[in-house]
Amino acid sequence: MSRPYYRPMPGTWWLTNRAYFLFMVRELTSVFIAIYLVLLLILINRIAAGPDAYRAYVTLLASPGMLAFHLIALAGALYHSITWFSLAPRGLAVRLGERRVPDAIIAGSNFAAWVVATLVIAWIVL
Amino acid sequence: MKRSSEPLWWSLFAAGGVVAALFVPVLILLTGIVAPVGWAGQAFAYERIAALVGHPLSRLFLFTVISLPLFHWAHRFRFTLVDLGFRGARSAIAIACYGAAIVGTAVAAFVLIRL
Amino acid sequence: MADQTITLEIFRYRAEQDSEPTFQRYDVPYRDDWVVLDAINYIKDRLDGTLSYRWSCRMGVCGSCGMMINGVPKLSCAAFLKEYFPNPIRVEPLANFPVERDLVIVMDDFIEKLGHVKPWLIREDMPPLEQGEFRQTPAQLDVYKQFSMCINCMLCYAACPVYGLEPAFLGPAAIALAQRYNLDSRDQGNAQRQAVLTSEDGIWDCTLVGECTVVCPAHVDPAGAIQRAKVTATVNWYRDVLLPWGKR
Repeated sequence: MSRPYYRPMPGTWWLTNRAYFLFMVRELTSVFIAIYLVLLLILINRIAAGPDAYRAYVTLLASPGMLAFHLIALAGALYHSITWFSLAPRGLAVRLGERRVPDAIIAGSNFAAWVVATLVIAWIVL
Repeated sequence: MKRSSEPLWWSLFAAGGVVAALFVPVLILLTGIVAPVGWAGQAFAYERIAALVGHPLSRLFLFTVISLPLFHWAHRFRFTLVDLGFRGARSAIAIACYGAAIVGTAVAAFVLIRL
Repeated sequence: MADQTITLEIFRYRAEQDSEPTFQRYDVPYRDDWVVLDAINYIKDRLDGTLSYRWSCRMGVCGSCGMMINGVPKLSCAAFLKEYFPNPIRVEPLANFPVERDLVIVMDDFIEKLGHVKPWLIREDMPPLEQGEFRQTPAQLDVYKQFSMCINCMLCYAACPVYGLEPAFLGPAAIALAQRYNLDSRDQGNAQRQAVLTSEDGIWDCTLVGECTVVCPAHVDPAGAIQRAKVTATVNWYRDVLLPWGKR
């Protein structure tokens, strides 16, 4: 006679070990990025509304709460970028002739592209 | 045969993830920290920024960098809610998340066209 | 010099006498070349013959002895006592599976899913015998070889939180094995496997936690297999949607 014992996962499963916790952190970075995008859209809207609206919004962005948010969002965005580029090679099996391109090269070129993109945007804006 | 729409959302998620990974950190740094704190002086003067943002390529870039990462968030957040225990409302959550991303995309288009 | 011992705390569940599981502590001799399986065999032979568990090759190729060792899915034949000594070692049955008895889990769900992905060569045409065997270059073998190393140990299912939360999820090993055949140049069964892979609770449930690849003792990289399956399915989807008149 068989009566199997079931062990369901608790709702706090992602707090039980480091790997699961970092996974959840990685997923939640998208929330901070999304909130930032809304703020960016508001910024563009304020630019459209004229110099006074723009300056008022930039002053608001200088408030401690906003700066704190952006620092956290920046940390989140950086974590997203690092994990994304490290995992990207998994989805692609790029082959050069007979041999598969090593993951490290694909990841490396992703990071290089990231540096280039960052420098280009910074150069254009500043 | 009913064709699943998952590949569509996943491809938007993937594209949004790439765009977010490449461009969002530097944008946060510039618009959220450098500009308000005033480290770049005249770079963020109104006339200069308005001209920069108004350029058609800038508008296209800004639309892409807002819309695609929103879909990235929508797809990721939809699964995160399921992981956090909201299994029962699977379809409602999906509709709410992708719906929000679609609305955000539409608003971004509207703002950028009217700039 | 006194013989050293190490304590194992082992999950016990016997349906005929227990309504809830308990943990039982055993002190076994510590040998620095012993693995947890050696300790469990010692318990079975010398201390408590009622303990039930699966094992076979004791060298990491059969996939029978998967257990949670201090909360991490491992092959008990690959977990050395010296990694844990002098602390006690907690041994539990593989997570995310129902427990039949003690350390033995019910693996029917995995076996069923394995069947769903049709893990064998599928041919639409069978060339006559006189044509000889199917030939394959080393490069063609290399495309799928990693995914063929799976020993069906189910550690990846124990590590996967998606499977833990949603038992209907196809799971890492099944998808990796589907890919092993999809990518085999001798196979013509992609279309037959696609329906299962792209169904609800197929590949799309995976959120790339990545723990499956971390715990895999055969370096199969099921997370990679699943990601590639998503890319393939997406490319196929766009091709079908944008070019519906193409060859079906």
